[in-house]
Amino acid sequence: MAKHETPLLDQLESGPWPSFVSDLKAQAEKRAKNVEGVEFQIPQDCVADLLGVLELSYKHGRTHWKHGGIVGVFGYGGGVIGRYCDQPKLFPGVEHFHTMRVNQPAGKYYTTEYLRTLTKLWDLRGSGVTNMHGATGDIILLGTTTPQLEEVFWTLTHDMGQDLGGSGSNLRTPADCLGQSRCEYACYDTNALVYFLTNQYQDELHRPAFPYKFKFKLDGCPNCCVASIARSDMSFIGTWRDNIRINQDAVNKYVENDAKYPANAGAFRGSRNWGKFDLEKEVLALCPTKCMKFENKKLFIDNANCTRCMHCINVMPRALKIGKDTGLSILCGAKAPILDGAQMGSLLVPFVEVNPDNDYEAITSVIENVWDWWMEEGKNRERLGELIMRQGFQKLLEVTGIEAKPQHVSYPRTNPYIFWKEDEVTGGWERDVDEYRKHHLR
Amino acid sequence: MSDLLANKEAATAAVVDWMTKKAGTKTKFYFNDFSKVFPDDKPREIKKVVNKLVEEGVLEYWSSGSTTMYGLKGSGIQHSSEGEE
Repeated sequence: MAKHETPLLDQLESGPWPSFVSDLKAQAEKRAKNVEGVEFQIPQDCVADLLGVLELSYKHGRTHWKHGGIVGVFGYGGGVIGRYCDQPKLFPGVEHFHTMRVNQPAGKYYTTEYLRTLTKLWDLRGSGVTNMHGATGDIILLGTTTPQLEEVFWTLTHDMGQDLGGSGSNLRTPADCLGQSRCEYACYDTNALVYFLTNQYQDELHRPAFPYKFKFKLDGCPNCCVASIARSDMSFIGTWRDNIRINQDAVNKYVENDAKYPANAGAFRGSRNWGKFDLEKEVLALCPTKCMKFENKKLFIDNANCTRCMHCINVMPRALKIGKDTGLSILCGAKAPILDGAQMGSLLVPFVEVNPDNDYEAITSVIENVWDWWMEEGKNRERLGELIMRQGFQKLLEVTGIEAKPQHVSYPRTNPYIFWKEDEVTGGWERDVDEYRKHHLR
Repeated sequence: MSDLLANKEAATAAVVDWMTKKAGTKTKFYFNDFSKVFPDDKPREIKKVVNKLVEEGVLEYWSSGSTTMYGLKGSGIQHSSEGEE
């Protein structure tokens, strides 16, 4: 029988989706039975108490958790988040229930042996409850006590070759998509770059000195599977400078509804009937810049007007491929809606080469210029996107030494004011008044 | 790097002294607050010294999970404040 009655939580299990409540109940039962004979280092009934405190929070309409504290592992300013229950007498199993963030491997590639070792460790020294790759992207280990933190950290670093992730005013654990390891759309090796950045910026990841959090996310192509454009202070999105490669024979196969050329790469085939493929309706009419046409069995793309939306490539992957001159775009300033509402990233660098041979110099110089500005000028708890709004995108261009380009303009001709600086104007602010009066009498 | 920041002992004394003076009203400080102790230095330079002080046990981190602050080791909220030994 369950330790706590949870009628309100039970309702959550009645919906159509898999329920975390069912998972927690299963874990509470597993710990209670302890068939494997684990020598639990934190209270055996912690998950039962976790359900109890959650039920109470639903009943009261307020949280019974407090977060934050001095907990951590030696030398690290992040990776551990203190959690304390404010009803320790009712729920002693979760009185101290800290979260650990573990830096997930690039592309989230695991061996089953790794996962078993990790879960075994967490069953022994923690609650056994994990959150694999939620909003942060890390492996989240939920619930342990202070004495277990160093023990877990030791095993992670010494036995598993695994580091903690970022939290607090740090660089957060960089996250990426599978990239070229699995995906034909990827314009650069996201796994290699995320690995490099994680190693290059270890100090920023573990020793907090930023005004607030800072996130890198890397997408191999504009499909943005990691949603870097919406979820990271600095977003790296693969792109290309030349033309989309077209296989005209394959285009016609799609048009002819050849069974070997299913539209949308055969997505949902067998479960949904999308009807006959219609190139005009499903591709040409949906092109955001209307830069495509199909005439005399030939597809034409005006590449100068293509915005790399990826739609046509996604629909006809056997006929269209990304260009060959690939690199990435850097966008800055995305954030969730705490201040000023949610913000998407603004394009800072339209195209930059991705060159591991020179340690990604073109990319790291942008990163470090942005950090220097934000660390000097950012207010406490001010995200990069808020600083850009406060001081202006023009200031961001100035500190990064990037010249304004047409791609920086979101909405042309909406602002008639141009504020020139003296060094941007021929002759500066000084002028020869006598010369001026020769042409203007008053 | 300023002479003050370059001199480890003087820098440590300046940080401890400044934090001790403020201890009556607050015990946790943002990283940016150190620019008041070292007004002539860049944040990256200050960071190296301040994190060395954490390593040596002069200072300690406090983190809410989203924001990190610094305090003198042993001052303000401690493990015992949360019912831990």
